[in-house]
Amino acid sequence: MSGNKEEEDPRINGIKTKIRVVPDFPKKGIMFQDITTVLLDPKAFKDTIDLFVERYRDKNISVVAGIEARGFLFGPPIALAIGAKFVPLRKPKKLPGETIFEEYELEYGNDRLEMHVGAVEVGERTLIVDDLIATGGTLCAAINLLERVGAEVVECACVIELPELQGKQRLKGKPLCMLVEYR
Amino acid sequence: MFAAENGLKGDPRLEAISAAIRVVPNFPKKGIMFQDITTLLLDHKAFKHTIDIFVDRYKDMQISVVAGVEARGFMFGPSIALAIGAKFVPLRKPGKLPGKVISESYELEYGHDRLEMHVDAVEPLERVIIIDDLVATGGTLSAAISLMESQGAEVVECACVIGLPEVKGQHKLKGKPLYVLVEPSGLDEFC
Repeated sequence: MSGNKEEEDPRINGIKTKIRVVPDFPKKGIMFQDITTVLLDPKAFKDTIDLFVERYRDKNISVVAGIEARGFLFGPPIALAIGAKFVPLRKPKKLPGETIFEEYELEYGNDRLEMHVGAVEVGERTLIVDDLIATGGTLCAAINLLERVGAEVVECACVIELPELQGKQRLKGKPLCMLVEYR
Repeated sequence: MFAAENGLKGDPRLEAISAAIRVVPNFPKKGIMFQDITTLLLDHKAFKHTIDIFVDRYKDMQISVVAGVEARGFMFGPSIALAIGAKFVPLRKPGKLPGKVISESYELEYGHDRLEMHVDAVEPLERVIIIDDLVATGGTLSAAISLMESQGAEVVECACVIGLPEVKGQHKLKGKPLYVLVEPSGLDEFC
């Protein structure tokens, strides 16, 4: 799905046109990629999920991990369709059981991503899902969490990539699948 | 109303769903028996049963909007929306939605919080179901109902996986029907 224009699935343009760009959110200079408008279009939303499901259904993926909160919008439907577990990766103190955490950098300061201990077993083939990849910091933290418990991260899947931020370089060599680029 | 009293009595799927939910004592604070649905999400069959039961209920009710309350409502709502051909509308904590929003405040044990929705998400007369993982006092769901009604939409039902004892016998929330799959696990030990 990332790559040549000639290979582009016709559903992708339909999804791209539904993404709303909101200037200066959350602060001046940022062109925010709003996927809520994709969710308002049942066909575009279904196409988004179908494109990922078609890619992953025969890859023996047993875990789909989704990053809070917009990863929760795409991850569970994919997990259900491919027969995998869904594992939420959450902000601190939301998960009630025993957790492990990974810190990552924000523009100012740090944040943490947490996962329940025992959610993922050693050797499980895992897909990580989020709505968008920017710098790749959050996805890198997610990869670290999963690798620490012995899972195999097969790929990261995002609806949107901001290629100028070069997030792809921060995925510890893991491949990225995205549907739409925003330049 | 509970699913078992409304057509699904003895349905083995409900038992599987209940068994898959983990109880975590004293989270987020002492005395609370937290109903953890993450273990349900780890059980593919039970998770699928959960979605299937809601989809079977709503697929012929001309629902055009499934609204989900952040964040655990996001784990169930989109799959239901996709299966019944409805839009999914996220109802979020303040400051998360980028476009123009309307908001409604609701009470917490100490203080208030707010729920926000994009103004253009729902149109007048749309038929809506509102999803969350669990209903306790109904405060959050009431705020969600207010948001929908302020846009002229019709809330057909509120749907939750788990309903706390406070809601048993209370079939309606702000006059709207409430549909719940299971009661909380583990409360007997607590009492």
